[in-house]
Amino acid sequence: MEPHTAAQVIDFAASAKLIGAGLAAMGMIGAGVGLGVLFGSYLQAAIRNPAGAASQQTMLFLGMALTETMGLFAFVVSLIILFGS
Amino acid sequence: MAQQPAIEPMHQFMIHKIMQGPVFNIGGLTVDMSITNSVVSMMLGTVILVAFFALTARREIVPNRGQAIAEALYNIIDRVLVGPIVGHGGKPYVPYIFALFLVILVLNLMSVVLAVGNIAGQDWTFAVTSQLAVTGTLAVLTFFSVFILGFVKHGPKFLTLFWVPGMGIFGGAAMVLIEMISYFVRPLTLALRLFGNMLGGHVVMSLFGSFVVALAIVGLAGGMATLAFIPSVLSFTMIVALTGLELVVAILQAFVFAALATVYLNEVVNFGHGH
Repeated sequence: MEPHTAAQVIDFAASAKLIGAGLAAMGMIGAGVGLGVLFGSYLQAAIRNPAGAASQQTMLFLGMALTETMGLFAFVVSLIILFGS
Repeated sequence: MAQQPAIEPMHQFMIHKIMQGPVFNIGGLTVDMSITNSVVSMMLGTVILVAFFALTARREIVPNRGQAIAEALYNIIDRVLVGPIVGHGGKPYVPYIFALFLVILVLNLMSVVLAVGNIAGQDWTFAVTSQLAVTGTLAVLTFFSVFILGFVKHGPKFLTLFWVPGMGIFGGAAMVLIEMISYFVRPLTLALRLFGNMLGGHVVMSLFGSFVVALAIVGLAGGMATLAFIPSVLSFTMIVALTGLELVVAILQAFVFAALATVYLNEVVNFGHGH
């Protein structure tokens, strides 16, 4: 009986790309946590002081975009790993 | 089983030449001025923008709907962004921030609303702002305009922007390095923020679209496979929800780009007062 041999060649580059892309996308965890903290703080303060809430809405959206950026960097790195040449 | 079409979410970002234009060679760098699908979308955006303001920019005291929209857009820049953040000295720069905001807004919205897709083998409207070249140009333009304005207004004293007072000579030197890095990374973050938001949104929408088609093809096989129509319909619902989200993100990203440009402008215009 012949010993079993590995007939397929494992494509390390392709599988490494997939693993790398998955790991890079985990960076969005931080962005998710950050956004939750940001909006939670805004809501807490807004419920305590509804009159002052509207004046800070611009800052809220600005902060949201800046926090989201970090998550997007992770996403973009993931796409670069997955589809870059 | 029917042939599964390949799921290629990145295919929509390819640039095709529609008309060949002149090719220049400037010092080793080849500049190809062809009309591509990206250029056509940008031209369409310009036409829409100019036509909108040409039609609605009236001087009626009681505005009609078009004029109200135009005035609301202007007020976002003048009363909500530049006025509170920069103050009176920001008035000369409102036209630039306004133009920047409108360009990004129109290009972002076109990529969501006018997503005609594939006609006769060509993608006819195209997510212009999901090209890093386009967002990079806008970011570099904004950043360097503000940076050079700093030197024009304040001379070489502008470099004290990087000095953080209250630390010793060594701490100060380290802080200068850190401040410089975080200052010069700004065009990169501006470009990548807009690029990443648009790219991510379109990739996800394209993926869900592929799911709809692929699952429907699986479902057509009959028998138990007809259950595959359920996730197909659910994917379609997801696309509707994602389009709503993309609309919000498109408008928000235009606003955030303009807001950050205003904040960077404020550092230059109000340089030295109340650091």
